[in-house]
Amino acid sequence: MSWEVVIGLEVHVQVNTKTKQFCGCSTEFGAEPNTQTCPVCLGMPGQLPVLNMEAARKSVLTGLAINADINLVSKFDRKNYFYPDLPKGYQITQFPLPIVEGGYLDIPTKDGEKRIGITRIHMEEDAGKSMHEGLDGVSHIDLNRSGVPLMEIVSEPDMANADEAIAYLKQLHQLVCFLDVSDANMEKGQFRCDANVSVRRPGEPLGTRAELKNLNSFRFIKQAIEYEVNRQIELIEDGGEVVQETRLFDSAKGESRSMRSKEEAHDYRYFPEPDLPPLRFTQEEVDAIRAGMPELPGQLRKRFETEYGLSPYDADVLTQTRDLATWYESLVAAHPADPKRCANWMANELLGRLKETGTDISASPVSPARLAGLLERIADNTISGKAAKDVLDAMMTSEDDADAIIEAKGLKQVSDTGAIDAIIHEVMAASPDQVAGYRAGKDKLLGFFVGQVMKASRGKANPGMVNQRLKELLKG
Amino acid sequence: MPFSTLSELKSRLDAGETTAVEIARIYLDRIAEFNEELNAFVDIDPAHVLEQAQASDAYRASHEARPLEGLPIAIKDIFCTQDGPTQCCSNILKDYHAPYDAHVITRLKEAGAVLVGKTNMDEFAMGSSTETSAFGICRNPWDTDRIPGGSSGGSAAAVAAALAPAALGTDTGGSIRQPASVCGITGLKPTYGRVSRRGIIAFASSLDQAGPMTRTVKDAAMITAAISGHDAMDSTSVPNVPTVDWLAACDQTDMKGLRIGKPKEYFVDGMDSGVRTAIDTALSQCEALGAEIIDISLPHTDAAVAAYYVIAPSEASANLSRYDAVRFGHRCENPEDLLDMYTRSRDEGFGAEVKRRILTGTFALSSGYYDAYYIKAQQVRTLIRQDFINAFEQVDVIATPTSPVTAFRLGEKTDDPLTMYLSDIFTIALNLAGLPGISQPCGFSDGLPVGLQWMAPAWREDLILGAASAYENATDWVKEPAKFGGKA
Repeated sequence: MSWEVVIGLEVHVQVNTKTKQFCGCSTEFGAEPNTQTCPVCLGMPGQLPVLNMEAARKSVLTGLAINADINLVSKFDRKNYFYPDLPKGYQITQFPLPIVEGGYLDIPTKDGEKRIGITRIHMEEDAGKSMHEGLDGVSHIDLNRSGVPLMEIVSEPDMANADEAIAYLKQLHQLVCFLDVSDANMEKGQFRCDANVSVRRPGEPLGTRAELKNLNSFRFIKQAIEYEVNRQIELIEDGGEVVQETRLFDSAKGESRSMRSKEEAHDYRYFPEPDLPPLRFTQEEVDAIRAGMPELPGQLRKRFETEYGLSPYDADVLTQTRDLATWYESLVAAHPADPKRCANWMANELLGRLKETGTDISASPVSPARLAGLLERIADNTISGKAAKDVLDAMMTSEDDADAIIEAKGLKQVSDTGAIDAIIHEVMAASPDQVAGYRAGKDKLLGFFVGQVMKASRGKANPGMVNQRLKELLKG
Repeated sequence: MPFSTLSELKSRLDAGETTAVEIARIYLDRIAEFNEELNAFVDIDPAHVLEQAQASDAYRASHEARPLEGLPIAIKDIFCTQDGPTQCCSNILKDYHAPYDAHVITRLKEAGAVLVGKTNMDEFAMGSSTETSAFGICRNPWDTDRIPGGSSGGSAAAVAAALAPAALGTDTGGSIRQPASVCGITGLKPTYGRVSRRGIIAFASSLDQAGPMTRTVKDAAMITAAISGHDAMDSTSVPNVPTVDWLAACDQTDMKGLRIGKPKEYFVDGMDSGVRTAIDTALSQCEALGAEIIDISLPHTDAAVAAYYVIAPSEASANLSRYDAVRFGHRCENPEDLLDMYTRSRDEGFGAEVKRRILTGTFALSSGYYDAYYIKAQQVRTLIRQDFINAFEQVDVIATPTSPVTAFRLGEKTDDPLTMYLSDIFTIALNLAGLPGISQPCGFSDGLPVGLQWMAPAWREDLILGAASAYENATDWVKEPAKFGGKA
């Protein structure tokens, strides 16, 4: 009998505001420990939170982008637990009445598009960071992250395998980046995921779930979910029972271990945060936020297909990030004659080269204008496509434009009929047998002649013209 | 001069008859003489007080005097001050120095006041007698075998004994009004949101409010004028509220047309008969001043204490979690591990009453009990608010005793928390409703002061300042100095 897998995801997204959720401290990553703190985010006696409205607006924008309801009145609550990197001994979060409820994302699956429900988005503050490694039995605490704004985005248990979970996460990751509500850098912990996983026989009620904590790369998430699914199935098939627990995935070992059982689960004693009045938005304010919504990845993809005639694949590649899409549109603006050539050269050639050096498009050494300059020379037959690849290689490490490189390398294509004909005559004179063979009907020999001519021209002959002239002259 | 009011001191300063330094010396001398007996102050730095007084005199020499120029004001140990320790009379904050001034402290400094020491209080403001202070009991100047009330007992005793002409207190369930009442002085709790809470060490965030403790109503108005107003860094400080002409409100000399509500729930069996007599007499005097006394009902009053002792401890249980020995405050010796550090530090640092309230609050918020306690208490709170809204449709202000009893003996109730909690029976409802209230002296019962409490709708401090001023003007109670230790 088969098994059904049920996965729900809780994603913590760091909101990219300049200042923290409840104080004026900077959220900049990587500063010296405890330099971006103040009495509020240190939890000093007497200090009070004041909500960062920019973070609230970004949460509303995210809610609108997932087609959710915006609660015009939402409330803050305290979640109580003791931990050294939680200065107040409680986290300010939203419990019964979050800012966003009831949305969805449509994700691509192997069986077509699938709708994943999103239960809620609530605003909260991050804790600091505890460090234990290599400190000789002491622990250090860095509270720079304490109070950094987070959105927790909670999905419905709508995903049926790890691939769907990853597809959902990638879609969500792309969305928050496009909305510019988060930098979503997973290595910096700006996009973190907890997964709730259970299995059941088809038609049966939901099985007992385990919660997998703190997964911070797509690869580990997939591994962790697959490990957990297998663990649960094996457990049940061996006559055991899944217990409700929180498990921690060890990416080095590729396995998870129990962190705490349901019995050991915290009682967070949520209650309304008396230091903050309810958060209120008017419908007009929400509408204004909606009006400022940027083009979303799906819309952009469709527009690239229709407006520029791109294949679904290219459109997808070039809309992975807002930076890519913007870069592409700058390129098209500089080389409007052939958007498809732009897409090919950007997606296949430029991105391939950037990937080798691990460079982001935003830091590309070749600007859209410089690449367009190269594409112009392909379009006007100054150089061949093959030679153009060499030019692009050179452009990656030089600040010269395409024309200067073509000139310096002598790559200018020979498109002069007389010069090409002269080479063709040389080649024909050197290969009488092949000429005879071709004329006797061996059409395939054309390739041989093209090769010889190109070689003789040291690759500079215009291949289209070589083809055309060869056919003409070989006729005899 | 020590028993002068703030207004009198201000007049003499303005007239050039005295200086801030001279005034500061008078009170510092009295503190030196009497504080050992009363323990009203837990910290005093005479040199720093004189420095401030000198600076004020210098300011006055070259500028127009500010509203509280050169006037000494004692500060409850709950307010964060950059100068000197801020300890909330708790061992867990022993020797803690706040890195910033509370908003009201900044306001007092800007108004030219001279801040005098830190006054004794119940630990974390949890108590009605100042007996839970980790720094020793405080004595009532009217009878030093008795409590000064609480939690702002040190502030009340300091003013009553003229160790300072005025003081700042906080009121979560009556902590300004009740000690004012039993020490025979005046204490105002403003409307919740009128005064910023930033820099006041939180007990119960939805109830805490700072206010003045003074000899007279006008003195209370002078201080409130200085400390009130919106603070963008306290989200519960309410912007754009109706303003009050604080001093003008105190010019009232009669009560013509004033409808005073007399709630039957505040005149109960078991209250001190001397208190009842004093209040009844006071209300007759109000009638003589032109007021109409109207019998009203605040039907949910009897549930207020129960609701308060769920809500306040619940909030406190979270507010006091930050005292975890990690960043500041008391840390136990050689903790074995994290849990040991938490439990031993907090066990050593907190006193019994604070622990009792943390436990009560933690229990009330626990899964499975939350609905029965916290939610139910919030529902009661809504009913109590509604009681007042209904009442204020019939009357302008409400008058009651501040406390059903006068100052009790030291140690009399320390073993019986529930009886202790009932000392706040007449003050708590007002905090739950977020309304303003004032307690003023209205006579004696067996030689101990009795307090008359006035209540008003939100933002209508002017109504109770007016009524209390008219009453004060028509009587002589505020002129009666405390007779303590035979030394005064």
